[in-house]
Amino acid sequence: MSPGENSTGVDPGGTVPAGTNPCGTGPLAGTGPLAGTGPQQGFSAGLPIALGYLPIAVTFGILARQAGLSSLEAAGMSVFVFAGASQFIALKLLASGISILQIVLTTFIINFRHFLLSASLSQRLRSRRRHALLLAFGITDETFVVASMREPLNEPVLMGLILTAYLAWVGGTLAGSLLAGLIPLTLVKGMSTALYALFIALLVPAVRGKPLAGLTALLSALAGWALSRLFPGLSSGWIIVIATLAASTTGIFSPDQEKTA
Amino acid sequence: MIWLVILGMTAVTYLPRALPFLAGDGLKLPAWLRRWFRYFPYAALGALIFPSILSADPHKPWIGAGAGLFAALLSLATGNLTVIVAATIGFTLLLQRML
Repeated sequence: MSPGENSTGVDPGGTVPAGTNPCGTGPLAGTGPLAGTGPQQGFSAGLPIALGYLPIAVTFGILARQAGLSSLEAAGMSVFVFAGASQFIALKLLASGISILQIVLTTFIINFRHFLLSASLSQRLRSRRRHALLLAFGITDETFVVASMREPLNEPVLMGLILTAYLAWVGGTLAGSLLAGLIPLTLVKGMSTALYALFIALLVPAVRGKPLAGLTALLSALAGWALSRLFPGLSSGWIIVIATLAASTTGIFSPDQEKTA
Repeated sequence: MIWLVILGMTAVTYLPRALPFLAGDGLKLPAWLRRWFRYFPYAALGALIFPSILSADPHKPWIGAGAGLFAALLSLATGNLTVIVAATIGFTLLLQRML
């Protein structure tokens, strides 16, 4: 752990050349405010995720009530599953009256991509098995990409980050399900771009001065688009899996970044 | 019934999340494979952003495009993710109000 790496907190687009981390550091290192090693840093790193999750969770809570779930059931799903897209789809499937097994199978297909994310993170995080199994529960697209940007990444940071995102997800669900009639959906819908803003804000500084990373993201976006065009029936989960696996092969040709791992 | 669904969903969601941490313990992957893994985040971001950003507002694709452009420009100016996300929410509300 070398806290000196980026303790100035300067903006990532500014003085920190994102492309110059030749040794040890993760591919996405050098993003100023993302650095730090304690749970508090994890909390602030999780804050933008929480902001993005809240409106979606509130929407989920509202739709869950409309689909006939109680507030307890809606919150329960968020507490135990903690995977947005699959929860929304489960609501649709519940309403369509298909079997439990089909719902569970669909969930598996949508959420299998987490395997990739965990595989990537597990290579960077040295953690006791018991802790790792707890952290694994909190791996989502969002916690993964934010955690991936951090250097160094350690347990307390990841724990704080996940907890922040998790509380927003569960709290938002509960609020949405309890206040289902009171919250105007239009306001919530206005927040639909929040997570995209988060993704873009993570990507822009990370790829500056790093053409291969930028190319990877671009290829992946194009692959995702092509897949969704060619195979309209393919779930978004699989599209992300295939596009990510294919596009990130560019990394094989990246300069070696050993030392940690 | 619902709780049975939740139980099943929990199991099949948690397993893929946990497996790499179980298997990865002490497992030394070849360097090229690790370089591949390290580029997952870039690729994942690309696939997560596009094309679905265009359906952020299901009827108006340019709302997502406009908000995305706004977020990209803003992230050239600041690295504070919370600020960027909050400002983009505001910008989106404004776009929807205006157009």
